Amino acid sequence: MTGEEISAGGEAVHPPAEALLYLDGVNVSFDGFKALNALSLVIEPGEMRAVIGPNGAGKTTMMDVITGKTRPQSGKVLFRGDIDLTRHDEAEIAALGIGRKFQKPTVFEMHSVEDNLLLALKGDRRPSRVAMMRNNPGERHRINEILEIVKLAPLKSHRAGDLSHGQKQWLEIGILLAQEPDLLLVDEPVAGMTDAETEETADLLRRINATRSVIVVEHDMTFVRALGVKVTVLHEGAVLAEGSLDHVSADPRVIDTYLGR
Amino acid sequence: MILRFLQRLPGKTDYILPALLLFVALLMGGLSLLPETASLHVSGYVVSLFGKYLCYALLALSVDLVWGYAGILSLGHGAFFALGGYAMGMYLMRQIGTRGVYGDPVLPDFMVFLNWHDLPWYWYGFSQFAFAVAMMALVPGLLAFVFGYLAFRSRVSGVYLSIITQALTYALMLAFFRNDMGFGGNNGLTDFKDILGANLQSDGTHAVLMLASAVLLCVFYLLCRLLIRSRFGKVLVAVRDAESRTRFLGYRVERYKLTVFVFSAVTAGFAGALYVPQIGIINPSEFAPANSIEAVIWVAVGGRGSLVGAVIGAILVNFAKTVFTGAFPELWLFALGGLFILVTLFLPRGLVGLWAQVHGRFTRYREAKREGTLRVETVPRHGDLPEAKLEVGE
Repeated sequence: MTGEEISAGGEAVHPPAEALLYLDGVNVSFDGFKALNALSLVIEPGEMRAVIGPNGAGKTTMMDVITGKTRPQSGKVLFRGDIDLTRHDEAEIAALGIGRKFQKPTVFEMHSVEDNLLLALKGDRRPSRVAMMRNNPGERHRINEILEIVKLAPLKSHRAGDLSHGQKQWLEIGILLAQEPDLLLVDEPVAGMTDAETEETADLLRRINATRSVIVVEHDMTFVRALGVKVTVLHEGAVLAEGSLDHVSADPRVIDTYLGR
Repeated sequence: MILRFLQRLPGKTDYILPALLLFVALLMGGLSLLPETASLHVSGYVVSLFGKYLCYALLALSVDLVWGYAGILSLGHGAFFALGGYAMGMYLMRQIGTRGVYGDPVLPDFMVFLNWHDLPWYWYGFSQFAFAVAMMALVPGLLAFVFGYLAFRSRVSGVYLSIITQALTYALMLAFFRNDMGFGGNNGLTDFKDILGANLQSDGTHAVLMLASAVLLCVFYLLCRLLIRSRFGKVLVAVRDAESRTRFLGYRVERYKLTVFVFSAVTAGFAGALYVPQIGIINPSEFAPANSIEAVIWVAVGGRGSLVGAVIGAILVNFAKTVFTGAFPELWLFALGGLFILVTLFLPRGLVGLWAQVHGRFTRYREAKREGTLRVETVPRHGDLPEAKLEVGE
């Protein structure tokens, strides 16, 4: 051990070996605008974390950095202790076991619900291999399992484009599950959902969290409360507060940020 | 590997179009061999014309594969078509031998005219048919590989990609216009005498070339069908509809695009190669940007994202062109432009989409009538392509 890891804020941070995801002093700026400002964040294996923050706080940029879409100018992004995510691209990071759900539900509209999951199933992604692949019972079994989890079994042969907004959100979560990732990044999963759907989604994520780590970015406070997990508040590209929802909502800086906006 | 791929024979319905094409081609070929006095005799001109349509249909198929399935709107496929055509033209030039105007046993006429003394190195080998065939695939394929590798790796897509494909074919046109390129400059390659020993002026040769075009079109049609049906094809459609989703699932989108782009370019190359002996000339105007755009219009008219549509669109639009340019030659481009606007506005899925819509409505009507539940309802247009998007960065 070389001693305690010290984050930019001066607080002690876990040594990366234990963490599933470890961000330290990550900086991203676009044309002078600092989207991430010395962001540090640690996700433990098996943890579910809610990330909240006003618009422009850097939530989506943080996901872009983790999934390899955006390269940070400086800082550490480590996965499972020693994998430097800044050295990998989107496809490699997906193969390493990080799945991402977009803010706007993004599914393959022209494909059936079943085919959406088929394309997402963990497996060889090289064009020459993919061209040879044939449907097999193991895959069908796995697809049916996922369809049950995301409650889309009766719609499996429907075109994904014909699904309702909420169903598309679930299908996209199903797509993530099919990838069998260790870490799911879920961007605004309940945007545009009814209250009943929101509740079911919270339930779904909790069940997923039984076997996988999850980072949820959300604006909906009832939903975050329903998740009942540790909350990280982002503001201007850095962590403003961290802790239980009650703890952070009592924090005067958080109140200022939300009310002052 | 390829054999295993081919083992997955397409479904029965996939054979309808090839069977129809082969039937028409055989019939036409047979009738052209009748004595000229026979009432059913088909002239060599008509046979070559149909052969030309078939080559265009193959070009349309290659455009549809990248545009309709992978979402890559190439406005430069005419370049691959022309390169395949030049490869064939070079072979045909070498076959002329001493029958040229200058009677030089090695040099084509235009080289003698330019006072060249030696055959340029890149003309070596073209006296061999097998070598020329290899070049028909390799030259367009290699160009597509280099171009696609650079473009897709840098994630150039949408309008930007379309514009640089236009630039590609335009640049090639300017290059081929130059005499010192060694491809006959402005005049191109022409005055062909024979192919594989068969006289290019005879009706029999025309019939065989037309049949060969039909066979090649059928082969590529079935190959494309297999490709689309495979999981590879599903990934292509996924890339077309949600590229970043596909990428975050771990697919290297650029490799898929590159693979299909190269395959498509080779297809276009073969189309051009069969086109040249039936037309009797290849010159730089084949690289004209308008040609590539025309091919896109055939696909749009027939039905983007439908292989049958591409073939039908190419044949119908070119038939219309033949008729139209006979009657009002100066109005054709206006008609073509108008057609494109009409199809874009009212038939987003082309003629094939129209048929599917009418057929679907009719089937539903019959079913409803049988079940006694007939009611008026608006039918959701299943299978509509998502709106064309102009993606400018992210």
